[in-house]
Amino acid sequence: MAAPLTLLLIVAVTIRAVLFRSSWAELISERVEVVSPLNAWKRVVEGLALLDLGVSPYSGDVFHETPFMIYLFHFVVDYAEIVFMIADGITAVALYLSIQTYNKNVFRKQKYALESDRYPADCLELLRSPKEMFYIPLKVAMFYLLNPFTILSCVAKSTCGLNNAIIALFILCTLKGSALLSGILLALATYQSIYPLTLFAPALLFFLQRLYIPVNLRRSSFWFFTLQYAFIYVGSLVVITGLSFFLLGSWDFIPSVYGFIFSVPDLTPNIGLFWYFFAEMFEHFRLFFICVFQINVFFYTIPLSIKLKEHPVFLIFMQIAIISIFKSYPTVGDVALYMAFLPAWSHLYRFLRNIFLVSCVLLACSALFPVLWHLWIYAGSANSNFYYAITLLFNFGQILLVSDYFYAYLRREHHLTHGLYLKKKDGTEATLVLK
Amino acid sequence: MGLLSDPNRRKALTGLLTRLNTPICIVCYLAGIVWFMGLAFEPFTLRTYMSENAMGSTMVEERFSSGERALSLAKEFDPPSACCGLNGMPVEWLVKAMQSRGLEVFTQSFSRKLPFPDENKERYMVRGTNVYGILRAPRAPRTEALVITAPCSPGNTNNQAVALLLALAQYFRNQIYWAKDIIFLVNEHDLIGTQAWLEGYHHTNITGMEYSPLQGRAGSIQAALSLELSSDVITSLDLVLEGLNGQLPNLDLANLFYAFCQKLGVLCTIQGKLQRNDWDTAEGYTHAAQTMMLMVLKQACGRSWGDHGLFLRYHIEAASVRGINSFRHYKTDATTIGRLLEGMVRKLNNLLERLHQSYFFYLLPSLSRFVSIGYYMPAFGLLAVILLLRALDLWVHLGAPALAAVDGVTEPSSPGVLTVLTPVVISHLTGVALYLLPVHLQEMAVEHFPVSETEAVVLTAIAIYTAGLALPHNTQRLLSGEGTEQGWKVLKLTALLYLAVLLGCTALINFSLGFILAVTLVPITASITPHMPKALYAVVMVLLSPAFTILYCVFIYQELIEAPVSVSEGWMLFLSVISQGILDHALYGSLVYPLLALFIYPCWLMFWNILFWN
Repeated sequence: MAAPLTLLLIVAVTIRAVLFRSSWAELISERVEVVSPLNAWKRVVEGLALLDLGVSPYSGDVFHETPFMIYLFHFVVDYAEIVFMIADGITAVALYLSIQTYNKNVFRKQKYALESDRYPADCLELLRSPKEMFYIPLKVAMFYLLNPFTILSCVAKSTCGLNNAIIALFILCTLKGSALLSGILLALATYQSIYPLTLFAPALLFFLQRLYIPVNLRRSSFWFFTLQYAFIYVGSLVVITGLSFFLLGSWDFIPSVYGFIFSVPDLTPNIGLFWYFFAEMFEHFRLFFICVFQINVFFYTIPLSIKLKEHPVFLIFMQIAIISIFKSYPTVGDVALYMAFLPAWSHLYRFLRNIFLVSCVLLACSALFPVLWHLWIYAGSANSNFYYAITLLFNFGQILLVSDYFYAYLRREHHLTHGLYLKKKDGTEATLVLK
Repeated sequence: MGLLSDPNRRKALTGLLTRLNTPICIVCYLAGIVWFMGLAFEPFTLRTYMSENAMGSTMVEERFSSGERALSLAKEFDPPSACCGLNGMPVEWLVKAMQSRGLEVFTQSFSRKLPFPDENKERYMVRGTNVYGILRAPRAPRTEALVITAPCSPGNTNNQAVALLLALAQYFRNQIYWAKDIIFLVNEHDLIGTQAWLEGYHHTNITGMEYSPLQGRAGSIQAALSLELSSDVITSLDLVLEGLNGQLPNLDLANLFYAFCQKLGVLCTIQGKLQRNDWDTAEGYTHAAQTMMLMVLKQACGRSWGDHGLFLRYHIEAASVRGINSFRHYKTDATTIGRLLEGMVRKLNNLLERLHQSYFFYLLPSLSRFVSIGYYMPAFGLLAVILLLRALDLWVHLGAPALAAVDGVTEPSSPGVLTVLTPVVISHLTGVALYLLPVHLQEMAVEHFPVSETEAVVLTAIAIYTAGLALPHNTQRLLSGEGTEQGWKVLKLTALLYLAVLLGCTALINFSLGFILAVTLVPITASITPHMPKALYAVVMVLLSPAFTILYCVFIYQELIEAPVSVSEGWMLFLSVISQGILDHALYGSLVYPLLALFIYPCWLMFWNILFWN
């Protein structure tokens, strides 16, 4: 399997290298869909220039990267294109290995369950065969590397690619069972963009499941491990933040990075839901609605963790998707990360209900974003409402996609315990409804 | 959301949509056409009204009275050797004339080598000079400006307009109420000069023009008027709005023109058609429909129909006013036209912000009636929904065997990615060839065939277009007989969605183009399958292909402007339209040619491929 993966990497790198050299690169790096104020390369360059001049990069309101990021690019700014390509490569390989591990686990579990005769007889067709599972890791890597969204994001040198790499490595370490590395990488991801904080719950659930510790609040082993993992996480977060302080010698980066993420002062249009809403809002409601919007991202963790506590990897997927939909400055690079997981759930295909509608919506929106931007900004004939309408539609499509996968996953699990052909009490064929 | 989550209702809905797919599609298509034709019917349209407060309620009094002086100036300017003759525009004379009227005068020289000779206007190496004078505003900081431009190109004597421009400058100079700088621009080589001047003014270079930088400038331009008076007897004024890529100025500019024509009693036309009052008779409706169709055709071709068209790209609302001699009894003298312009400029001078209150997306069946985007978009939507319905139908059919497999029916192996990807890639490569080769291969073509450069470009384009038709055969050979039933369905599904997105985006930017393409492409693409009589459908498909659409448009346009042409003349016109399209793309950045070559044509080829699926 190494050969196709290498080939894929070569193809992906070639596409990116060609685009980097073409006149498109500059155009792409200006697109609001691809870069946000948080991760635009232009701003990184500005921050570096300030740093070189001996000024704090956070003075002024341009630079919002973390100190680690700026020190990373301080050394490799001349090789930025290679760094971004490598980051994409790392993400793809990490996702590849993670899904491979995950599939092995799933298959093993399925085998045990089958041997212990736990599945109803008519569910055999729902079981997954090694043959169809064989190519899934490769497909995942392909979905990430050849996704136009990832390519655009990489060519625009959006630092979103690096954040994705960290999250992918975190997933890999988690699935490989290394609590220490997982905790450190999760802390790093949180440090980069706060929102991955919600991935703490699925990671913890995964480790508990792996160590056969039941999720029971009265068991000391549960608390012991939870505290252990939380300690690793919080400890590394403190260490990383402390290191950042020593790198720059000031706490400027806290308001400039995290304050910027939470209070959303920059209302440049993007593919998210925040900008239009807060541009229209009366100033005295602002704080209240910022709280509402931000809690929205974190809130889903609780019900989803309860519902999916047996399936932490699917929960990771759901969380990443929710983050990329509801975060304050989303870009297409974030969307690409969770879309890479879709082949891993290809066995849910038969239960998906709206996939045709969703793909039409996402396809049409991707094409309409630049068109309506052109009409609004360049031609001056349309206005921001047109663009926001497409943003809404795009997010509607994403939410529908995620909830569709959620429903399909639950439905498959339901069938695996209750049999495929459900009968109502009166003997007619029953249908499952998600309410 | 009940519809999206309740499986029973969904099943019923999709069942209904697949069972009645063909009738629904036919109804949608007919409804779309009928809706569109209904737009010209007066009770369905809205009366135009002035939305901009700064222009509507304020009174201005026109006092311009030096029409006679303008006429004599025109005579002075007149000798063909002096203006626009062999040695081009009389720059010296113009500079002196403007300076003597108290303007700050500057010149800009430019040169441009066309990619291939333009046979309509007989130019290849273009070299010229723009002369412009700035009247500084006495009443306000000089942050905003208005432009009045008169093109002065060889072959088209526009000296009346230049003379009127100078007379207006002299008159405006003595007024004290100007709050915006007024720029009087006389540009050579019509659009090329305008393009050079605009690029110089805004410090951009998007079309590879060579020009000298502007020495003087005013504030940001708020609006522009272009004046073309080709004859010294004017009976009516025609308003031209269609700009580059089908962009239109704010409707308030048209309202302004119409309001002043009413006030001064000037006959005004749009698309060269006078307004009629008998909307309830068949003739009245036909007249309005013809006017609207002309607008649709002009907008669809995406070229700039006057100097104003290039201003629109820079966010400047602009229109051309064209004097027409239609040999009527009633004549309009230069003073009245001067007053009309004075009034318009004075009202524009009152603007507090850019024109933005009124519509940007509209169609005009007459000057006093308009159709807004909300009324005409459903016509397109009804056509586009056919593509989606067909796609849904195919999707359901594609999903059905997978469900059948549950009952133990052996499922035919699902088509590989390659079966779909190969035709898509090959079609697009043909499109790229159609886009790149004609201009790049002209030298080779001229060497080997007895044709001129322009003919070489056009004929190469047609040759590549025709050669693309041979593709399905070769594609199939490449795939070595993998043409399964599933294969073409997947390809058609892809192509339908692709076409729907493509037409949707086109219609948003340029409704007319999107609609015309939808009218011709939708019926055939919706109904095509490999199981049809191949020869018959091949002919129908070719007759409804994008190139033939252009040909029909040429004939319909000629018919509508009441200058019908024979088949051979039509063919020549068709060739010149293609060369103009390519030139417009190279010179001004019109997007119609690349759109057709890179997207619409490949998409059509994908359907062509389906017809010949073995």
